[in-house]
Amino acid sequence: MGAAQRPNDRAGIDWPARLHVVTGKGGTGKTSVAAALALGLAAGGRRTLLVEVEGRQGIAQLFGTEPLPYAERHLADATDGGEVSALAVDAEEALLEYLDMFYKLGAAGRALRKFGAIDFATTIAPGLRDVLLTGKVKEATTRTVDKRRVYDAVVLDAPPTGRIGRFLNVTAETARLAKVGPIKTQSEGVSALLRSPMTAVHVVTLLEEMPVQETVDAIAELTSLGFHVGRVIVNGTRAPLPTAQVVTEAELARGLRAAGLPAAESIVTGLHDEARDLMIRRELEDSLRTDLVELGVPLVELPLLPDGVDRAGLEVLAAALVHGD
Amino acid sequence: MPSDNAAPPLDVDRILADPGARIVVCCGAGGVGKTTTAAALALRAAEQHGRRTVVLTIDPARRLAQSLGLTELDNTPRQVKGIDVEESGGELHAMMLDMKRTFDDVVLAHTDPAKAAEIFANPFYQAMSSTFAGTQEYMAMEKLGQLHARGEWDLIVVDTPPSRSALDFLDAPARLSRFLDGRMLRLLLAPARTGGRSMFSLVTASFGMFSRVVQKVIGTQLLTDLSGFVAALDSMFGGFRQRAEQTYRILQARETAFLLVAAPEPDAVREAAYFAGRLRAEKMPLAGLVLNRVHQPAVAELGAAESRAAADRLATSGGHEGTVEVLRAHAALVEQAVREQQVAARFTDAFPEVPTVSVTAQPADVHDVDGLRTIAAAIGHP
Repeated sequence: MGAAQRPNDRAGIDWPARLHVVTGKGGTGKTSVAAALALGLAAGGRRTLLVEVEGRQGIAQLFGTEPLPYAERHLADATDGGEVSALAVDAEEALLEYLDMFYKLGAAGRALRKFGAIDFATTIAPGLRDVLLTGKVKEATTRTVDKRRVYDAVVLDAPPTGRIGRFLNVTAETARLAKVGPIKTQSEGVSALLRSPMTAVHVVTLLEEMPVQETVDAIAELTSLGFHVGRVIVNGTRAPLPTAQVVTEAELARGLRAAGLPAAESIVTGLHDEARDLMIRRELEDSLRTDLVELGVPLVELPLLPDGVDRAGLEVLAAALVHGD
Repeated sequence: MPSDNAAPPLDVDRILADPGARIVVCCGAGGVGKTTTAAALALRAAEQHGRRTVVLTIDPARRLAQSLGLTELDNTPRQVKGIDVEESGGELHAMMLDMKRTFDDVVLAHTDPAKAAEIFANPFYQAMSSTFAGTQEYMAMEKLGQLHARGEWDLIVVDTPPSRSALDFLDAPARLSRFLDGRMLRLLLAPARTGGRSMFSLVTASFGMFSRVVQKVIGTQLLTDLSGFVAALDSMFGGFRQRAEQTYRILQARETAFLLVAAPEPDAVREAAYFAGRLRAEKMPLAGLVLNRVHQPAVAELGAAESRAAADRLATSGGHEGTVEVLRAHAALVEQAVREQQVAARFTDAFPEVPTVSVTAQPADVHDVDGLRTIAAAIGHP
């Protein structure tokens, strides 16, 4: 199948961007969400690319594969003939590739690496590192073969909320250092793509105070920098409780007896405490959910997977993301 | 079966009370309550053990910072008022790390004001002091070194930056000092120093090409700035390395106790295990694991299956909706507790000798002194 947009595809309508940048506070499950989105968007015979940039090999751990090389590899088949590829972008490799494209370095490039020159160059200018990483993502997003796009969508497992603004705002970072030259041109091209309607930044959160606060802060920052925020993705949500009140201890004792269970005072008090703590937690979650809704960004909720995220779990998340079920 | 009781219990109070313990470093993955744990331990050391304590936090949640009186980022410890130290005679001071300011202080300490002004104005310094990968880790250690050198505190409790990986925190100081003191910088300066001639002709030849490539790619202006930066920092090279080594030795000393902080989740536990292995390899004193946010059913005698079956029976016969709900919630809680024990066992099976303490999950997040005290009591008296 080619990469032409099919108007009847829900994925194409609900997730119109071509480059999906997935961020979120550490521990919210942004790598799982990015992987699930890549799977979901590949359903129905489409091709997607899942990219990581932080050298964590989070994708390989999630899918239980060997560490990913700096090359696009088949990662998983999606439902109905779709395909997800994966790529771990490495700044050093990207710089060598970039230099090679312009200067034909060959063996000299390898010598540079041996002396630590590449590490040096990417270390001394952190903005340079980010521009190389995002530059590679841009290349994959816009690559065509025979006038057809190679990937219908690219999903980037991006740095966490604390660093996402700086990571995406490549022009500002490099402009401080490089006033002219190819790096400046390169970063301007990347910046144009990242700020275009082709790119959407999604923020993953949990219904906990710190992640929600960071989500609010990140959305304010991203918006002020001119990036398009796509979705707030609430991970690990639980079905709402049927009632909004905890039963009284007396009622609970009667209920336990009716169920043929012991209703000793310690049991009644203990179960009642558990139920009360759960209610406090749920009320806090509801108020945090309200905070998120007030941001005015479309919200997607993903169910808590009690047994952790395995391959079947990823399919559940993918379906919830793309098809809303 | 999960070996939940295999690990020896971690006695945090013994560490906090020990006059020989001068530094407690809390480390672990992001999002496991590291900062809260550090603040709670510091509070307990002051209130319960009468120690003059300072807690160095990296990036505290706003409300937690406010509860410690940290309304501004001024990079010096401030005494926390309104805590209960009348009986113990302890004190609690708190500070938030200001990365750039700490870096500025290091520069000022090692050079004269004119040179320092030159360094501060250089775009490279500006980029590096605010965005260099690892600067935060390095500056956290630098600040620890400074606090330690002042000798004003009985106990310093350190929160560590939410590093990309556990490795960054231990590696950053060495990496930064290697960079500042490194041969790449010396090579870059070599032509200027020796008039372009060097005995390492092969290296210089390659490097000349590297310089040309760098010039082409990032422009001459940038190289000029870089040369200026390096020349200005030249007098400080030795100082940087010396300080990094000093801090490293402090971390290895017996007066230091590393506490791993984790939650019973696969990623956090994997990170903790990784860190434990690393600390062992670096001969750094690992005191134990604080396992936060552990779920513990209040009623142990009612199992998950039994609770769920009873709920189903009640639901079928009708009525007692409230009890049905409570029983289903209890079943889910028991199952969650079992899963958490299995996850935690991945650590305790790999490091059976590391003492561990579990802290029960709080229904709401902690952001005041009372909440910290509750957490601290749970860690100290599990």
